[in-house]
Amino acid sequence: MRVRRIPQQIVPLALIFAAAIAALIIARKLLVPATFGDLGYYRAAAVGEIAAQPISYAGAKACLECHDDIDQAKRQSKHRGLSCEVCHGDAARHVEAPDEVKLVKPTGRGYCPLCHGYSPARPTGFPQINAELHNPGRACMSCHNPHNPMLPHAPEECGACHRQIASQKTVSHHATLACTTCHETPEGHLTNPNVVEAQKPKTKELCGKCHGQGADSPPEIPRVDLESHGGRYVCWDCHYPHFPEAAR
Amino acid sequence: MKTNEPKTARREFLETCGKSIPKWVLFFATIRAGTLSAAEEPEAYDPKQHDYAMGIDIHKCIGCGRCVNACKIENKVPEEPYYFRTWVERYVIPSEGDAQVDSPNGGRDGFPELKTEPDMLRTFFVPKLCNQCANPPCVQVCPVGATFSTQDGVVLVDETYCVGCRYCIQACPYGARYLHPVKKVADKCTFCYHRIRKGLLPACVEVCPTQVRVFGEAGHQSSPLRRFLRFNDVTVLKPSLNTDPKVYYAGADREVR
Amino acid sequence: MGIFLAEIAPELHKITGYIYPNEYELHWGILIVLYPYLTGLVAGAFILASLERVFNVKVLQPVYRLSLLTALSFLIVAPWPLLAHLGHPERSFEMFLTPHTQSAMAMFGFVYAWYLMVILLLEIWFDYRKEFVIWSRERKGLSRFIYKILSLGTTDISERALRFDEKAGRAITIIGIPSAFLLHGYVGFIFGSVKANPWWSSVLMPIVFLFSAIVSGMAMVLLIYMISTMFRLKNINMGCINKLSELLLYAMIVDFSLEILDFIQRLYEAEESINILSQMISNRLFISLIVTQIILGTLVPMASIVWARFGKVPDEMRRMLYFVAAILVQVGIFSTRWNVVVGGQLFSKSLRGLTVYKTEIMGLEGLLMSGALLAMPFVILYIITRFLPPWSKTETQLSTP
Repeated sequence: MRVRRIPQQIVPLALIFAAAIAALIIARKLLVPATFGDLGYYRAAAVGEIAAQPISYAGAKACLECHDDIDQAKRQSKHRGLSCEVCHGDAARHVEAPDEVKLVKPTGRGYCPLCHGYSPARPTGFPQINAELHNPGRACMSCHNPHNPMLPHAPEECGACHRQIASQKTVSHHATLACTTCHETPEGHLTNPNVVEAQKPKTKELCGKCHGQGADSPPEIPRVDLESHGGRYVCWDCHYPHFPEAAR
Repeated sequence: MKTNEPKTARREFLETCGKSIPKWVLFFATIRAGTLSAAEEPEAYDPKQHDYAMGIDIHKCIGCGRCVNACKIENKVPEEPYYFRTWVERYVIPSEGDAQVDSPNGGRDGFPELKTEPDMLRTFFVPKLCNQCANPPCVQVCPVGATFSTQDGVVLVDETYCVGCRYCIQACPYGARYLHPVKKVADKCTFCYHRIRKGLLPACVEVCPTQVRVFGEAGHQSSPLRRFLRFNDVTVLKPSLNTDPKVYYAGADREVR
Repeated sequence: MGIFLAEIAPELHKITGYIYPNEYELHWGILIVLYPYLTGLVAGAFILASLERVFNVKVLQPVYRLSLLTALSFLIVAPWPLLAHLGHPERSFEMFLTPHTQSAMAMFGFVYAWYLMVILLLEIWFDYRKEFVIWSRERKGLSRFIYKILSLGTTDISERALRFDEKAGRAITIIGIPSAFLLHGYVGFIFGSVKANPWWSSVLMPIVFLFSAIVSGMAMVLLIYMISTMFRLKNINMGCINKLSELLLYAMIVDFSLEILDFIQRLYEAEESINILSQMISNRLFISLIVTQIILGTLVPMASIVWARFGKVPDEMRRMLYFVAAILVQVGIFSTRWNVVVGGQLFSKSLRGLTVYKTEIMGLEGLLMSGALLAMPFVILYIITRFLPPWSKTETQLSTP
């Protein structure tokens, strides 16, 4: 029987490869972390490690245990959605050691404008002031209780809240028109704007009072035939009532 | 092996090796055990019962940056203005031309003054964070299994295992990840996993003054998120990339990417 | 942008438009540019060697062994920039322990190990084994010891054994060709499969990477052959470098066509990212793309080789043209890698802004470090050629005119 001789080169090569593969297998067995692969392709113990990290913010409920009196006022006010820690900072350490760790109380005029300073990007109806012009030099808290920030008195003009609209109107042809000319505004709107809403006009006839063919208004005001002008569109579909001379 | 054979040098060598094996094994066993032990949970928390997600109502955001601030404090995110787990963008869309977007220091200190211009069509704020995708490209590309999706739907990073190759940062379409400058591992929003496991809200949700962020679980009838999804037409960021994000935006403009 | 940002990071004022806050830091810098450049050279040099061995392009004989040793030298250095770049290089072994099979990067460890051990080292060993055995008998002292180790204890150099070496080497080269494609193709896949990045995400990426690798590898072997032969005062084999340059030209034509195809298709489809990418090319990548990659790195070398190969020029002129072409190709392919890696991070994923790459001199990501890493393969090659001389026996001494 002829036995095929294994070429001499194969032996050392095979040994080296076998050793390398064995080393890899042994290394895997020893070095792969214990919980790897238990829940998925990751070290399962990491989940618990991350969950065990300490917290900094105590959460709104934690403040109630001691400061329920403040909350009584706050929970009926405009700031009821505001967590205490927004203004007073992270409180977890204060909850654990209330006498050693005290929280900040923002005073002055620096903090409130972060939310209440005017920006056109803020939603319409969100209470905003011009931080420089609004009672300069006085601390916000001198008029507004942060836990129940009712306005000391109702605003006098619509422009106090509807700044953007007012600023456009004052340089337009409608500058001398009072807002209430077109918008029916019940009394309660000044103190409770989100509940008692002002009305927007619904028909062309309102505009027609000045701009209709037979209207009783100064002759320099442009007139149109209400029936035919604009087809099925109402006036404000094309004309911006707060700045009606805009070209497009 | 004959026991009455005199000990050869080779045999002595092998015996010494054998005696030292237990110490050697112990050494590797400590590596395996991991550096931190898992903390005990108050009650048995079953991650399979949860699937966390978030809703964001853009109509309500006032761009105050309290969320960015709270996140940096809660999660000890590095202070520099290029490491954020969450940030707020301001969009200004003119009637003609490109939308202008900015995010100074992530919006943490609010935004600089914006003058009202006549051609300003729309302007609004958009909070951004890790979308905790259900089909996460970052998890797909991690070469060692250091970032992963938990059973309760949160994408986490194992900071003792990450090698810092930064592939996940490249793979994230939303810019949600960064490399921690001190730990030299990848880091990102974790939905404040350490808080939600204890039944608390994420820090950003906790402090939002206008309740822009709604946290909860789409699968639970009683979750606030469920109500949010019922009443809002929601969109997600970059849906064409099929990452299946779990942060749902209500009122997102077409310009929001 | 607020004023305080400019105080903290002086480069920030060069950012145009909007980038996500986390994108201020560019993550893959010059070290990651180096890696595909080095592995590209490996793949290209190996393909050249396989052309001689498997496709029997005999005129390339003088550079056969040199190509293999070049590939080995660059392959040894290739993982160093990666290790230097990792946040935790001491954990890099995790890629062998728990490779995530969904990740192209995880395959690096195994593809590299396979290619190094099974393909390259084995092929070189089989090719040199006869000399190892002979020298382990003839030499004395340390030399003798080294060759004894290198021969792995084998002593058989009979006809039968040598035939086995020849067959084994051939078989390994055949497997080696797709392995070389894999070694560099997967790098292209690492970039091409990132859907988040429209500059990288492309089906063509692995193919373009591979062909530019072949181009750079061939040019590098040409360069090393010419330089080492001149240093050793021997005559350069004109038949060999003529053929080499011809093959280089063909490879460049294919590579350039692929890149033009990618460019035309992108412009034509004009999908969402086209605006910011066009801005990036004209504002940030103009020099590295138009000037160094396309003009200096592709068009000028192609023209040189065409002129040298098909024009009536004396041999000295030919050699000069080939030499210049080969150097320009290196610059061009390095720029290609730069444009892919760094280019992909110069624009924001919001598609609204561009940022800058701050080149450093010192430090791990600095130019000095990169220069050192680029020089290392040549040092290693020099050392290897002391023990494994690759020079052809038919070389003639350089005659002084």
